[in-house]
Amino acid sequence: MHRLDPRGKIVVAGLFAVLMAVSKSYVAPLAGLALALICLALARLPLKKVIARLLAVNSFIFFLWFVLPLTYPGDVVWHFGPLSATRQGLVFTGLITLKSNAIIIALIALVATVPIVTLGQAMHDLRLPDKLCHLLLFTYRYLYVFEQEYHRLVQAMKIRGFQPRTDLHTYRSYAYLAAMLLVRSYDRADRVFQAMLCRGFHGVFYSLRTFSWQRRDGIFVMMAMVALAELLYLEWRMPNLL
Amino acid sequence: MNEPLIELHNIAFAYPGAPQPVFQDFNFQLLPGKHLGLIGPNGCGKTTLLHLIMGLLRPQAGSIVIFGQEVKKEKDFVDVRQKVGLLFQNADDQLFCPTVLEDIAFGPLNQGKPPAEAIQIARETMERLGLHGFEDRVTYKLSGGEKKLVSLATVLAMQPQLLLLDEPTAGLDEKTKDRLIHILKSLDIAFMIVSHEQDFLNHTVKECCHVHGHCCQPITT
Repeated sequence: MHRLDPRGKIVVAGLFAVLMAVSKSYVAPLAGLALALICLALARLPLKKVIARLLAVNSFIFFLWFVLPLTYPGDVVWHFGPLSATRQGLVFTGLITLKSNAIIIALIALVATVPIVTLGQAMHDLRLPDKLCHLLLFTYRYLYVFEQEYHRLVQAMKIRGFQPRTDLHTYRSYAYLAAMLLVRSYDRADRVFQAMLCRGFHGVFYSLRTFSWQRRDGIFVMMAMVALAELLYLEWRMPNLL
Repeated sequence: MNEPLIELHNIAFAYPGAPQPVFQDFNFQLLPGKHLGLIGPNGCGKTTLLHLIMGLLRPQAGSIVIFGQEVKKEKDFVDVRQKVGLLFQNADDQLFCPTVLEDIAFGPLNQGKPPAEAIQIARETMERLGLHGFEDRVTYKLSGGEKKLVSLATVLAMQPQLLLLDEPTAGLDEKTKDRLIHILKSLDIAFMIVSHEQDFLNHTVKECCHVHGHCCQPITT
């Protein structure tokens, strides 16, 4: 899985995500989830990390279960005081849960296994907009610097006895912190750009890495396309649930 | 033959909103092969001078001549930057590629070198600076001293004819400073160093001058 050409993996993951997102029945997402799980198993990732990531995504979906079934119009199946859950609402929320997990598992298995730098270059090779690729690479590079900057500022606050409380002073200090981070990152962006200009940068990134498309990549994409076509067929044959 | 590498004539420069201009009728020149130290209190214009030479800042008046050519527009400075290297004060501003090798190859690639040659140059430069084995190290996880040396490598990989160093020793330990002195002594190109450390300058340059608003006053050491 890890040796596959990242370009093939990105394309497959992208198509899969779109297909999942637009499907309206339960069958295609269920089959999709099964496919994604197979990919995940093939990628042999540490289980703990995968579960942590899934929990992060599902914590958002968890809140949907409180809101959607109670607010979606349809046949009432359950009363709770003034609140009532609808069948359609429950079906819909279940579908969202299923789809998101299928997509996220596929992304973990296919895209997250590619180092960020390689990912940026593969995106560039796929003729995705340069701005998008640069954004990805720079975000990754400077996330760490900003984190350090943030910790430095927080430490500077702490050594002068700052303790977060629920008062105006605390809110104001946090606002200063956020503003300072913003200003500093702007300044840094400026300096980085100057340094790049000094080294002859003229808007184009040259890549040192070249990808080689091999037989196994062709086989992988072919198999993936067949699987995606079957998902599409399932989706087309199944009645709309809602 | 002994045409100056850099000439600044009657430069005026003020930062927007600043009460006083940094330079007023400022004149300066640097002759080939010179190793010059720039000193002066904070805010006297040492970094500004380097940034004016690189075209990162533009003077409000006066002319800049580099390698015998007057430089005015961004296009002129693009050529200057191929021949003059600037080492920034903060290495984090300079290093932006994920790995060391990519960062050092960035300049040569911008100069139009094919990837294989750029990698070759990068490796040679690393060898020269004692950075062997750093190719795949992640730039933001290097130590302060390593970052400084890698930054210097990124500049030297472009094979500049003139090197400008902006407080290269800030935050470095003695060992790394010694390495830096050793590297600078082995260079056969002209360079200017902005520094507050007299000891470091004594080891690396023969002349120092004090940056003022009107000129750089030579100091005899």
